[in-house]
Amino acid sequence: MPSNIPIVENIMNANDRLAQENRGRIDAAGVFSINLMASPGAGKTSIIEQTLARLVDKLRIAVVDGDIATSLDADRAAAAGARASIQINTGGECHLDAVMLRGALEQLDLTKFDLLIVENVGNLVCPAEFRLGTHKSVLIASVPEGDDKPYKYPGMYRGVEALIINKIDLLPYVNFKMDYFRRGVEALNAGVHTFPVSCRTGEGLAQWIDWLMGNVGHPG
Amino acid sequence: MHELPVTQSILEISLRHAQQAGAKRITDLYLLIGQLSYVVDDSVQFYWDMIAKGTIAEGATLHFQRVPVEFLCLDCDRRYPVDGENLACPRCGSTRVKVASGDEFRLESIDVETGDAADLNLVEK
Repeated sequence: MPSNIPIVENIMNANDRLAQENRGRIDAAGVFSINLMASPGAGKTSIIEQTLARLVDKLRIAVVDGDIATSLDADRAAAAGARASIQINTGGECHLDAVMLRGALEQLDLTKFDLLIVENVGNLVCPAEFRLGTHKSVLIASVPEGDDKPYKYPGMYRGVEALIINKIDLLPYVNFKMDYFRRGVEALNAGVHTFPVSCRTGEGLAQWIDWLMGNVGHPG
Repeated sequence: MHELPVTQSILEISLRHAQQAGAKRITDLYLLIGQLSYVVDDSVQFYWDMIAKGTIAEGATLHFQRVPVEFLCLDCDRRYPVDGENLACPRCGSTRVKVASGDEFRLESIDVETGDAADLNLVEK
């Protein structure tokens, strides 16, 4: 005899529950944590290097790096002064999820850190769907990617608390209409903290560092 | 590319509810997926056929109901469909908007066979 069972359960529930556990663990240690997302080549690792260069004397920083393969990014973070740098190789998965971050957190004594930076896999689609349990999600857009990305990847642009626009030193050389880009961002995520920067010239990075510093010590 | 973990999650949820209801077999699953969720229906069904093998959900059919994206203007209360580049409110031009629909990602219900008429009182429509 057939019958219908009503369920109405969010498909991401299992991941979201684990993300909450991760958050509990991070909160208990008093660490401020960010989830850095971007397409490949937007400058995630460069932003981390520049951030470390400005903060290693002030903060104890751990970096967790997600990549499909290699430990190149974790090695760069370690070389730039991260006190701990853990590589997660996702083995083909296009994103980090809460289970993977939990595995990395188990390797860290979180009480020894002030700031946890999680570098997600380079991808503008999948990471948006998987919460990790970090306090803030940060998206790095970059000028050469084009100004249409908010319109093409609304799921990613609407789910973040801060937006870095990297490689602004290239604005004179590419056809990137900042107004058009910002209009899309505004409709999807009004009032999001936005930081136009260049990792090459250092322009704008001070504001990004100020925002980070303003959050450390008052997570959540 | 992330359809495998999504499919695993759907299987876990449906098996749990079927078990609670004492079902012998799951025949159909009804999913509500907003257009803001990047999931490819065919890929989910493909993974489903692999990972549901050997469970009471083997061979079940997945039904996808897609929900179009609509924004609600916070300035003039207009609710409007969103397609491509036109994100701002078509009536007043405001970009103070919120997503009214399109971010659903839920398993709504499942059809099951209980095999035992006595079990049906609780779950029958």
